[in-house]
Amino acid sequence: MTLECTLNGAPLQLELEDPATPLLWVLRDALGLMGTKFGCGRAACGACTVLIDGEAVRCCSYPAANVVGKTITTIEGLGSPDAPHPVQQAWMEEIVPQCGYCQPGFIMAAAALLEKIPQPTDTDIDQHIVNVCRCGTHGRIRKAIHRAAALLAVPSTENPR
Amino acid sequence: MARRKTNTQKISRRKFLIRGGLGTAGVLALGTYLARNPIRRSILAMANTMEMSYIGEIDNPMIWFELTSDNHIVLYSPKVEMGQGTFTGLAQLAAEELEFPLARLQVIHAPTITGNIDGMSTGGSTSISGLWEPLRSLAATFREMLREAAAGKLNASPAALTVAEGIFRYGEKRLSYAQAAQGVTSWDIPEVPKLKPRESFRYIGKPEPRVDLEPKVFGHPIFGLDAELPDMLYGAVVRPTRIGARFVSADTSRAVSMPGVVQIVEEAGFVGVVARTYPQAERAKNAIEVTWDAPSDLQQADIEALMTVGHGKSTIIQKEGRGLDGDHVVELEFRSPIGAHAQLEPNGALAHVEADRATVILSTQVVALTRKEVAKSLGFEEEKVNVVPTYLGGGFGRRLHTPHAVQAALMSRAVGKPVKYIFSREEEFQHDMFRPPTHHILRGKLAADGSLEGLEHHFVSGDVGNDSALMPPGVPTLVGADIGAVRGGFLQYGAVPNHRSVYWHVDLPFATSWWRSLGLLANTFAIESFMDHMASLAGQDAAGFRLRHIPDDPAGRRLKAVIRKAVETSRYTEEVRDGRAMGLAASVDVGTPCAQVVELSVTDGEIRLHKVTCVLDPGLAVNPDQVKAQCEGAIHMGLSAALFEEMKVVDGQLTPSMYGPYRMGLMKDAPREIEVVLLQGKDTPGPVGEPPLGPVGAAIANAVTRATGQRPDRMPIRVG
Repeated sequence: MTLECTLNGAPLQLELEDPATPLLWVLRDALGLMGTKFGCGRAACGACTVLIDGEAVRCCSYPAANVVGKTITTIEGLGSPDAPHPVQQAWMEEIVPQCGYCQPGFIMAAAALLEKIPQPTDTDIDQHIVNVCRCGTHGRIRKAIHRAAALLAVPSTENPR
Repeated sequence: MARRKTNTQKISRRKFLIRGGLGTAGVLALGTYLARNPIRRSILAMANTMEMSYIGEIDNPMIWFELTSDNHIVLYSPKVEMGQGTFTGLAQLAAEELEFPLARLQVIHAPTITGNIDGMSTGGSTSISGLWEPLRSLAATFREMLREAAAGKLNASPAALTVAEGIFRYGEKRLSYAQAAQGVTSWDIPEVPKLKPRESFRYIGKPEPRVDLEPKVFGHPIFGLDAELPDMLYGAVVRPTRIGARFVSADTSRAVSMPGVVQIVEEAGFVGVVARTYPQAERAKNAIEVTWDAPSDLQQADIEALMTVGHGKSTIIQKEGRGLDGDHVVELEFRSPIGAHAQLEPNGALAHVEADRATVILSTQVVALTRKEVAKSLGFEEEKVNVVPTYLGGGFGRRLHTPHAVQAALMSRAVGKPVKYIFSREEEFQHDMFRPPTHHILRGKLAADGSLEGLEHHFVSGDVGNDSALMPPGVPTLVGADIGAVRGGFLQYGAVPNHRSVYWHVDLPFATSWWRSLGLLANTFAIESFMDHMASLAGQDAAGFRLRHIPDDPAGRRLKAVIRKAVETSRYTEEVRDGRAMGLAASVDVGTPCAQVVELSVTDGEIRLHKVTCVLDPGLAVNPDQVKAQCEGAIHMGLSAALFEEMKVVDGQLTPSMYGPYRMGLMKDAPREIEVVLLQGKDTPGPVGEPPLGPVGAAIANAVTRATGQRPDRMPIRVG
């Protein structure tokens, strides 16, 4: 089947040999977008979190065929070193990552949370950010999410985005 | 044998290596031999107090630095970056003596082809402390070689040049390092210059941002599983789900014709499948029907019965005075479970085997061992195998074993193409090299004055270091006990007149191994829980009771200092206020003392951590922010292990096999506040990555005891 969707702001057309293939492997192998990680293959850890129509989705268990007509954002499309997303900016300022493997998933989940709840409380963060991190960066993740919320609250003329 | 000073390896002038010149596109590479360093420094009696050093057994010249024509310096790290911040610390050490801007210094993993191989591993919290002196010496030497070259070009004496930020200055004239090296073909290698005094440090001791922030925040392909080679295929290997099951035969008739399957690979001891994609390889693997021999039907109760003090063989690892007997001996027992590493990046390797050489790209903590094992399996000379280490998606000791590199190589050889082999998460859990379960009996007796007259720790653990390919043959026999299992098992209360610690070794029917901090977490949980218990029996406060039993020697004074500081910083109290209780614990691991105070509440059987105060004395903190990050991480890993994590043996299977059922600490479980205070009890860097794991479990248990009146006797800690 032919997969048509929007990926990181650009239209995408791709022949899918097996529509049941999880989106994760299409992103990584067919499209070379390695920032989305394989952690468990069972949507249990969140390392593969991407945005699909603005929702955080664990794409290791999401059939690629289901994204037809939808808008996908991966870590590569969220921001760049020259134009970081406020979540990425906050992540840098709080020096969050250790090993870094789970971090794109956390960053995507945090970006989705801030879309829904621009000024999340600690309890909001606890309820929405349920990814797994083994290095124990949780405290800095919490600070970075609050910092990103503050960056987003700046009026748009002053927001570097 | 172990030496008191471990950071003093000398570099020899004759052993420098200079490769190439600096042409327009070229590089100047500086390398060296480091002195051979007997591996047998890891002597048991020192295991708890000594710093382990850089344990390179180097027989090839090593490339350390490359100076590029656009005036960048590349540092080839023999240590891998698994999150612990080693690349950042090494960059700070190098930039300091190079007098070079940190931002222009790039740290990369040394592939084995450059020769800069750490003969042992990245682990044991040794990377920064071990390279503290050698790396600065190399950097200073390199700087002086460049100064000579610059002086020649500027017609000045080297001493007349000033240097800063990678630029030599002589009067009005300026010369960058790259300009200085340009066209120079003959290098004079000076004696190792005097290193900078502490007061003029510019990078060392500063909270510089991590050098790997950008790739990790923007999702760059830096991990083993991100590696790609042209025409790459995916491999999968069938593994048994039951303990002890041995491969007999495989029916591959269904798998062979499944979509995407390229080849079924049967090698000695395993059957694998190579397919075009990962999902195809997994599906085909699951369609292979294997006959297994002798699978176990063990249950958790069997493991606990086996893992009980008194079974197996005992070794006294610490003894002073007489054993405890008679009346009024207090005795408590503790247990800790089987633990999984659960690092987020599954194990895997990308291998490409050609006629006379092989390349293996992977996340590994044992670069040299991986190369040796792959070379042996292929029948190649080691020099024909280039192991390319990548950033690790977590290590924690899990990547000290890399048989998957061998399997990837054998599958690649069979199909003649690069093969990437990735563990499924279920395989990752079931075939982990687990943290061994432990059982502890603590015995103590109070004297009339309320002090401890005697203290004993009897404990049993599965293997950590024994049987490991990492341990040189003979070391376990030499030291008589497992050097990993006994970490934290020594009693730090040497002022107790009669004390002893006895380790029991039991063989388990499944593999156990190194897990961040090894025996430290479990041993400290037991010992420090017991110390709190004895303090309350003696009617004394937990801190004061500990302090009076710590010897007044240099190590003891550092331990007392972290305890006092933790009490002060946390405003430690033994009163339960507003439902909040505090617990204190302290440990010394590889020479680094740490004390922690946990503040928590217990509501409807649920333990909620509010604040953890951590005081660590790592000596000189090369990067205080990253030392704190290691403390924060260790606290989270420790609370996760203390409150939630547990693998169990059910019907011969290690379960569970997925995140979620293998419950780990999440955002909601993290304390809202972690305060880390660093003391500096010596002026060189000490180990950091593991020591702050020590007190976590015990500090939680002591707070839970105060909150509920019930003393937890096992991890994971449950209440109600």
